[in-house]
Order: sequence, then structure tokens, then C-alpha cells
Amino acid sequence: MAANKKDPILVVLQLSGGNDALNTVIPYGNPLYFDNRPNVRIPEDQVLPLNKDVGFHPAMGPLKALYDAGKVAVIQGIGYPKPSRSHFRSMDIWHTCEPDKIGTEGWLGRTLHEIDPQKDNVLTGVNFGRGLPRALSAPGVPVASVGNLESYGVLTGIEIEEQRTKALDTFARTYTPMLGKDQVLSYFAQTGLDALKGADILSTAPAKYASTVKYGDDTVGGYMRNIVQTHLADFGTRILYTTAPYNSFDTHAGELANHTRLWTQTSKAVADFYADLKEHNATDNVVLLVFTEFGRRVHDNGSGTDHGSGGHAFVIGDAVKGGLYGQYPSLEAGKLLEGDLHFNNDFRGLYATLLEKWMKMDSKPIVGGTFEQLDFL
Amino acid sequence: MADEAKVLMAHLMRRAGFGAPYSEVETRAAKGYEATVEELLHPETQPELDDDIMMRYKTEWVNKNGLEGQQEEWIFRMINTKRPLEEKMALFWHGIFCTGHAKCEHPRQQSLEIDMFRRTGMGKYEDLLMGLAYDPAMVFYLDNCMSHNGAINENWGRELLELFSMGVGKDGELNYSEEDIKEAARAFTGWTVANAMPRYPYGRYLSTFVYDPKDHDDGQKTFLGETGNLNGEDIIRIIAKQPATARFIARHLYNYFVADEPQVPAWQHTPPRDPAAIKMLEDEYFRSGTDIGAMLRVLFNSNFFKQARFAKVKSPVETVIGTTRLVKDFDFPKPGFNALALNIRYMGQDILNPPTVEGWHTGKEWIDSGTLVERINFTADYLANTNLPGVQDIIARLRAEGPTLTPERLVDGCLELLGGYQLAPETRNELVTLARGEGEIQTGAEKFPQRVAQMLQSIVATTEYIFA
Repeated sequence: MAANKKDPILVVLQLSGGNDALNTVIPYGNPLYFDNRPNVRIPEDQVLPLNKDVGFHPAMGPLKALYDAGKVAVIQGIGYPKPSRSHFRSMDIWHTCEPDKIGTEGWLGRTLHEIDPQKDNVLTGVNFGRGLPRALSAPGVPVASVGNLESYGVLTGIEIEEQRTKALDTFARTYTPMLGKDQVLSYFAQTGLDALKGADILSTAPAKYASTVKYGDDTVGGYMRNIVQTHLADFGTRILYTTAPYNSFDTHAGELANHTRLWTQTSKAVADFYADLKEHNATDNVVLLVFTEFGRRVHDNGSGTDHGSGGHAFVIGDAVKGGLYGQYPSLEAGKLLEGDLHFNNDFRGLYATLLEKWMKMDSKPIVGGTFEQLDFL
Repeated sequence: MADEAKVLMAHLMRRAGFGAPYSEVETRAAKGYEATVEELLHPETQPELDDDIMMRYKTEWVNKNGLEGQQEEWIFRMINTKRPLEEKMALFWHGIFCTGHAKCEHPRQQSLEIDMFRRTGMGKYEDLLMGLAYDPAMVFYLDNCMSHNGAINENWGRELLELFSMGVGKDGELNYSEEDIKEAARAFTGWTVANAMPRYPYGRYLSTFVYDPKDHDDGQKTFLGETGNLNGEDIIRIIAKQPATARFIARHLYNYFVADEPQVPAWQHTPPRDPAAIKMLEDEYFRSGTDIGAMLRVLFNSNFFKQARFAKVKSPVETVIGTTRLVKDFDFPKPGFNALALNIRYMGQDILNPPTVEGWHTGKEWIDSGTLVERINFTADYLANTNLPGVQDIIARLRAEGPTLTPERLVDGCLELLGGYQLAPETRNELVTLARGEGEIQTGAEKFPQRVAQMLQSIVATTEYIFA
């Protein structure tokens, strides 16, 4: 089912490791910020103010420009009850919407199933990165996982074109008869054939693409570019996902330098992504969600910060009503949750907002209940 | 025609180890099946790996200050060990008695735990559980150091029962109650670790187990029907004699070594696929006094094992290690071990770092649209590399069969040399067609190695090759 070019598209950028909310959207008007961050602080005169209370990290200039243009919704104080400070557990919770038990299905896997229940298009959802994030996982839902768009495919190690063609032909012929066999073999065969078909189609994307935008040479920049290439190639892809390198935002030590580098790269990647879409008149039906699995501790540890809770998320796009949403969590000792920033809106409400107001579908079965939605769409 | 003794030996080595190249299969088949099983069950009869070589080239493999070095070192061991079953059992227990790098104060702590699994993993299960209860990595991972007299933390008590011994239920009945969990937690109060040395300024220090009698709840407790001033060792003693424990361990051994079962949470109400096999293992558990090695002897010598060909989906570890062993690469601490660790991770198994205390989902669940492509590409790339000794061996053996080969013989020969694989008739026909399409197969021709590589590549990309 090829998508109408104007079907709503959701792009997701996962910042792995637990981004330090306090140093990203900085409460520079609050003396408690400076009290709690004797070492890992951004001086007031370096902050890029959004208003008299909060501002962006100085490395986030490009993102600030988008904010000023009204394209960025900052969701403050996002989280969930009984926060987990384990990377794996918390990221899993964000992926599966299951804070109390281990879930195996991802919210986007379910979304893909809603969009394309008959699996008419093996590229309805594409992940950029190696392996498949649980967010995209659901039984029977094919999702291509592209490590490198230019070289993605099955048996790509075969350099001689003719040889590869023969090998892929054999591959398809050996997999097809397995479709009718037992459940396990059928599943493997379908998975393999879907991957092959998806790879064939995806391989045409780079050649169709031309742009003046020069992305950074970091991983996130590369993948955001691949996302634009894939979207512009018009394969009917509705969900595009990528992740910053494993735990890159986990700034336990040396945070000031690391966090600056991370946000220099990330802001540029996001701004380039938007500019690239704009160059191709493709911004009106794309929304980008940027999230992380938790915020970090209020007090620094001398050189960095440790795992905390209650962070921020960003939603970016033409359709977004820019501004600050949720409340900035209080830094007062008595108002913290288990010693960390107290969330004031549940991430499932953010998902529900995106699913209902943007993707136009019922969010309840996907996020597992009814959660208060936000107003940014 | 394939020699059945060698096919059976290849099967044994895939299961009890990480696979073997054909030359090793031949040697072991000549020694005999039962004799090989005994050798596997007695790792102490085989030499250890040379630590000095590792230390010279890879100091991080010895210091183990981070996940990377530890993963690389374990991968080196899995590839090069002369004690394959010992290593396979360490991985087995690691997948059940999970601790994870994500929650470990000092990475080297986990390596000590894995070493304990190597040393005691084929001994008495009761001793293994005791070792686990004393293990600082586990005490920390499951928060027993936060469990106090009068203020228990149930994490260790719960997972001990749910994941490490009996499982939630058996044959539709629950094995224990919430009360039992609490009583177990009470009994283990005081089983903690000494105060940690601060990390700054000298770096991380290992933890030590310490029993704190002042923090131990020595009141009366009732656990699984037995009452007394129970301490941790009593809990383990009681657990070890439960039929539910025998069943759970038997099912885990079956799932890991014989054939894929459904995921563990389903075991409480899904019967084993081969109840007679499980009963044999359960009986041996009790007859031998919880001796895992004895259970393994019964398992490997049984018909149900010998006949369970290709009944398991290869885990990512088996895929990567099996491939490197087949091609005879990475027998030395050279660069590239981290890439292997990453490949195993991208295929879904981050060793030493399972996603949760429940470990990994195995069998069919190793495969999804991301991992399948990783697996096929990795394996095909290695098997097609005619510079690798193992691939050259395969080529040489096929060449030695005569000046020409029929397309059928090229296919069947490769299948034999890969370890006695079998293909569905339709699959085999396609590969024969592929071979025939390139013209007569002259083993002396310059292109012959390429033709073998091409065939190997296509074989390892089939659905059949996903299984071990």
C-alpha cells in the first residue's frame, strides 16, 4: 500500500544513555540549578534563553533557530511512575509502554501493524542502525534494519555484481518453498524474503537523492540523512527510526565537554534534517520525536551526572505548535521523586498525542490505556 | 556418502561446544562417541589456554576494567578452548543465573562469576547455587546487600525461586507462594558484601562477600513446608530436593542442548515436548545427588539427543563462534575481536549484558528482520573468504576427490564438510542448479576455489543453516 505523499510520517531519534535534562533545557533563572551543579553547570551568560526562566545549552544554536521559528515543542518533565534508572529497563519501558512488567511488543511495532495489517509494504517501517530496537518489534511485522543505506542488503559481501545477483536469486528460490512449511520455517522464510524485497527497494534511494545540505560526519548526522533519502524516495515508509550510538548520552564523567559535543552534533543533525526536507518541499507531513530514557541526577558527581529521572523530549515539525509544554520539574529537595526530578506528564501521553493527533489512529491499544495528551499538535 | 559417525560427531560438537571444523570432527570421531563425551565431561583432562599470550597482546583481557575487554576475552576462549563443554556450560549458566554489565560495580566481578561457572558448572547443582549466593556480583545485581533484618528486599529471594531453581509452576500448579519468597528473603538477610572501596582516586576494587550476623533475621521461618531458624544454606538445601527444581533444570538442559522449547514463562503450563526425555534427566538429577555432569552424560548418550538433528536455532554466539571455528580464524589475540563481539550483539546477544535477569529469548526469537540479515551476511562473508585456513581445507578436500566434481557432489561435499548439514530437496535442487549453471567443475582450475566459496556462501544463507 503505497502511501499518499501527504500521509503523516513519524521520525524518531532516540538519544541513548539518558540525556541530562538540566543541562539541555537549563533553568538558568533558578538559583537551585547553580547550587546543585557546582561543577557541571552552564554559566548564565552562555545559555540561549527561551524565556526568562529556561534556555538551551549553548551548543544547541541550530535547534534554537528552529524553536524561534515555532517548530519545536519542548516537553518538560516527562517520565513514568516508579522510574527505573537502568538504561535497559527504562529504554524498554519507553519502547513497550510497560512500566510494570516485561513487554515484548514495541509501540511502533503495533503502530505499523495498524497502518499496514496485511503487510502490503515491507518498508512501512525502517530502522537505521544495526539490530532492531524493541520499539519497532511486533509479531509478524517486517521492519528493515539498515546499518548503512548505501550498502544495505542481503549478501552484500559479494563484490562481483553478477555473482551477487545469482546468489540472491538462489536465496529467493530456496526461501520461497519454506513459506508453506511449519510455523518456524514459514516465519524465517517470510522474514528473509521481506528483508530481500526491502533491500532491493531501499537500494534505489541514494541514486534518487540530490541535496545541497551537508550533514555532519557523525553517526546521527549520517542516519538523519539516510532517513531523508528514504522518505524522499517515496516508498510509502511511514515510520523512520534511528538511535544515537549506544549509551552515548550517559555522561557520568567529563560531562561538560561530552555533552557539548553531543548536542553540537545532534542539533546540527536535526537542523540539517529539517533544512533538507524544506529544500525538497517535504516538511509539511513529517514530525520528528527526540527522546531519551531518563534524565539525570539533580546534583552533579564532580565531573558528570548519574542516572536520574524526569527528563525532556522534543517534537519538531511544521505541524507542531512550538513552545514549552509540561512543567519544568521543581528542583526543591522536598519536591523530588526518590531524590530525582519528578515527572509531571507520562510519556505515554506524548505517544498518544502523536498517534491520535498526527497519525490519526486510536492510541489506547498501542500505549495500553488512556493518558493525558498534550497540546502541541 | 556421509559417514554417520562423523555426522553424529559434528552434531555433538555443535551442541556440546561451538562446532568443529571437519579435521577436528574426523579426529574426534576416530576416538569414538562415548570416549569423546567423557572427554567433554572431564575438562580437567585437557590443557588450559595460555594466559601469558593473552596478557602480552591484550592487557585489557587480563585487567578486565570494561565490558569490551571481557567480551573479547570470552570470545577468544570460546573459539580456542580445548574444553568446549566447560565453556558452553559457563555460557549456559550465564544465561540462567544472569547478572549484567549494566548493573555491576566492577566489570571484573562478572568475570569471576563466569570463572565460577567454568569450575563448578558441571558439579553439583546445590553447590552451584551456594556459589551463586556467595557471589558478590549476584549479591549486588539482585540487591541482596539492600535486604536487611526487619526490612527485606525480595529481589534475590524471588528470582532464586522463579528463575534460578524451580520456576513459577509445574504441570499447571504453582511451585511456591509469595510467603515463601518473603521467607527465603528473610533467610538470606546478612548475606551481603563488604563496604566498597571508593572509586576515586585509585580506580575500582573487587567486592568481597561478607556474612553479617547482626543483620541476619534469625527468627523462625517456614519455607516450602519446612519450619526452623532457616538460613540461606537451608533454603538452598530445601530447593535442591524439590521435584520442581529437577524439572526446571532438566528443561533448561533440554532447551539448551537438545531442542528448542517455548520461552521459560510458558513452562508453568506447557508440558515438555518430550516428557520421557525430561523424566530421564530428572531421575538422574536425584540419582546422582544433583550432579549436572551426570545429567549431561545421560543426555549426550541418549537417543533423544542423538536424533535431535538441527532442532535448535543457533544462538548469535553459536553463529559467530561456530563460523570462526569452521574457518579456523581468530586463533590468536589479533585485532578484530571487538568486531566479533559487536556482531554477536547486533544479532541480539550482548554477552555479559543480558537485557534483564531473565536472560535472552532463544530459539525462533533470535530471528527478526534485523538479526537475520546480520547473521546471513556475517556467515556468508567468512565462508566465502578463500584466504582463511578452514575454507582452504574444504577446498583442498574437495579437490582431492578427483579432477572433476558433479554439481551434486559439490553441493553434498560442502554440506558434509560444513558438518553434515541436510537440505530440503527443493533447496538442494536450487543449489545444484546454481552449481551446474557455471559449467563443468574442474578441481584443478584456477576458478575452483571461487566456485567452492560461492557454494558455501549460498548454503550458509539458507533457512536450513539457521539451525544447529
